[in-house]
Amino acid sequence: MSETNEEVKSEKKSQQTGELYVSPSPHLSDPATTRRLMLDVIIALMPTFIAALIFFRANAIRLVVICLVSCLITEYVFNKIRKKPNSLTDFSAVVTALILAFTLPPNLPGFAAAIGSVVAIAIGKMIFGGLGHNIFNPAMVGRAFLMAAFPVLMTTWIAPADIHHNDISSGKSQADKVAAVSQATPLAMLKPGKPGRKMPNAFDLFIGKTSGSLGETSVLALLIGAIYLLARKTIDISIPFGMLGAAVLFGGIAYLAAPGKFANPMFHLGAGGLIFGAFFIATDLVTTPLSVKGRWIFGAGCGILTMVIRQFGTYPEGVMFSVLMMNGLAPLISRWTTPTPLGGHARG
Amino acid sequence: MIAEKIKASLTGKKVFERGVHPDDFKSASSEVPISVITPPDHILIPLQQHIGAPAQPIVKVRDEVEIGTKIAEPGGFVSAAIYSSVKGKVAAATTTLVASGQRVAAMPINVDHSADGQMETLLREYLSVDDNARDVEQIEPDEIVNAVADAGIVGMGGATFPTHVKLKVKPDTHIDTFILNGCECEPFLTADDRLMREGSQAVVRGFALAMRAVNAKRGIIAIEDNKPQAIEAMRQTSAQFANMEVVVCMTKYPMGGERQLIWTTLRRAVPTGGLPLDVGVIVMNVGTSAALANAVDRKRPLTHRIVTVTGAVKQSGNFFVPIGTPISYLIEQAGGLREDAAEVIMGGPMMGVSMPDLTVPAIKGTSGITVLSKSQVKAREEASCIRCGRCVDHCPLHLMPTKIAHAVKFRDIELAQHYDMTACIECGCCSYVCPAGIPLVQYIKSGKAMFMRMKKFNN
Repeated sequence: MSETNEEVKSEKKSQQTGELYVSPSPHLSDPATTRRLMLDVIIALMPTFIAALIFFRANAIRLVVICLVSCLITEYVFNKIRKKPNSLTDFSAVVTALILAFTLPPNLPGFAAAIGSVVAIAIGKMIFGGLGHNIFNPAMVGRAFLMAAFPVLMTTWIAPADIHHNDISSGKSQADKVAAVSQATPLAMLKPGKPGRKMPNAFDLFIGKTSGSLGETSVLALLIGAIYLLARKTIDISIPFGMLGAAVLFGGIAYLAAPGKFANPMFHLGAGGLIFGAFFIATDLVTTPLSVKGRWIFGAGCGILTMVIRQFGTYPEGVMFSVLMMNGLAPLISRWTTPTPLGGHARG
Repeated sequence: MIAEKIKASLTGKKVFERGVHPDDFKSASSEVPISVITPPDHILIPLQQHIGAPAQPIVKVRDEVEIGTKIAEPGGFVSAAIYSSVKGKVAAATTTLVASGQRVAAMPINVDHSADGQMETLLREYLSVDDNARDVEQIEPDEIVNAVADAGIVGMGGATFPTHVKLKVKPDTHIDTFILNGCECEPFLTADDRLMREGSQAVVRGFALAMRAVNAKRGIIAIEDNKPQAIEAMRQTSAQFANMEVVVCMTKYPMGGERQLIWTTLRRAVPTGGLPLDVGVIVMNVGTSAALANAVDRKRPLTHRIVTVTGAVKQSGNFFVPIGTPISYLIEQAGGLREDAAEVIMGGPMMGVSMPDLTVPAIKGTSGITVLSKSQVKAREEASCIRCGRCVDHCPLHLMPTKIAHAVKFRDIELAQHYDMTACIECGCCSYVCPAGIPLVQYIKSGKAMFMRMKKFNN
């Protein structure tokens, strides 16, 4: 290691000389540590977890526990193999596990959720060098892998518990369960060739009484968490507002141009993972641009790509792909949006 | 950020973008009036208390000195004279650490306590205007600059740049606005606050003289809104001068930074690598202003200053102290360290320097001694950067601290400079907000040092 790094490090560590500490300035620090930021996200996801419990019952617990256990074990094993210090205490693996679980179909078999979790942590984060070094949102890497590996399981949806009153965790086989209660998501109903079920009303969309991924259905629960994150300044408005604004704008133009062909943009806002994506997925600190301007661009890009996929693609949902694509562009956006110093650029 | 702008426009207060809001901890000492201390038995006066060349001693061992006896001449144009702050006898020359971390030559003086009674008078004078003071218009600019140079006045906000150099502007440089800096944005410190409340007369008088010295047409007195009584006092006292106005700034760190203050009050950006002069502005601290009035009207050299001693001490206060008083003695005056005292800082907690050794003396630029408690001192492990961009969001200079620090870490000084490393004012906002505990400003400081070495080598 270079001599400078050693210098800085040895100066940095507050060392006791006699009775007094000596450390470099500033001597105060903001209480927001990495761990606290991650804890904030976990707290903000709790209303969504409660909503998932209400609508998907035991499946919610099943998927969350499987994802948590597999994510934490994967990170632990990776650190052991690479002889790195234990990093579980930064809670980032917990965040990844929760976000992955909440983007899975409620009836996804446990083995698939476990594989997704391993991929999310191992390929999505640890092989890059751990937290802070990854390019792509780990949870979305895991989910993308599942989409490719288990396309049928990943697009088979069950109705929320309140609609059919089926005990979806009963002793029936996996296939039976799926067959018994399968129901298209609101977005899938928009695609041509899908059975024309009755669309959920706005209230059901808002509270989450509709089929979809574990954590994406309840707009109400998501907004409670989002307000918490914004109030705690854990995230700022740039990415979520950029993403939702661009999606509504893009959807609105399409709707006005061809109302028969495209859905109302407000429907898009409530259906699928747009709200969840805007506040919890796209806002991942590590994989987004550094400057505020960059984050607005990043958010807007996510919103537009999501709508392009939803309206012109074969997939009903586009949040995951749009976030992953914009993750890839984030370093470039950071570079394009490097702020100019207050007094102009330094010379020499 | 938008909310802040709306608030600023509704209240008429001024603010700059980015920056941080640390807890200010000022209430511990803000209501304690300035009081004199009994000088210690021994003081130690460093011969370099300013930016520039060290002063050259002109007294010898065993010489008798009075309060205000010159003990060292300026060592060049950018330098400042140094005076004895006590009556006593010069002892054998030695060295001492100063806040910059340098070890410099210093002159110890054994104090003769027969002059201790003068302290009260000196403080009263420091806070008021001389009864025989002439009208500002009757005093020639050159006379003011010379009096300032004679008195050895330097920037007392902490920068310690010789004030006469600042005031001696070239004839072709046009200064339209003079800003008096009463922001005191460092948490804990209240010396300037108390000075403005108790000595607004002297401060305003000094400001009028300084404006006269550079022929500035407009004077702005900038004070943060967490000091309402100082704002009121300065408003009343400055009302006698039509060309002075008090501008209330929102409380935000680093409001008192020269560049931030000029941007906040005038929306002028000092060019990177340039000086406030380049945008027609001079900034001066309120403490310097009071010392300046004393120097011009009473021919008193700079021998004492107001120092806040606060934090984990038993009785926080604002003291009028002879320059050269060891900080251990100042802490005793504040009742001594509390049980939970952990770190002693010369200056405030954001830019101050922690002292391993309490024999270090207070100098012209020492505005406070901040003692942090064990619970405030956190030894933080440096973790990986999570690229959250908080340092970018809060850098008042609009830099990308994480990019610069990363480049410095890998010794790529060219890349660091591509991200405008030398524009950094080292305020420490980046380190303050970093959730990963990365000492960003430390990396940038060492990068700047490497850059200077490289530049020297290339020339």
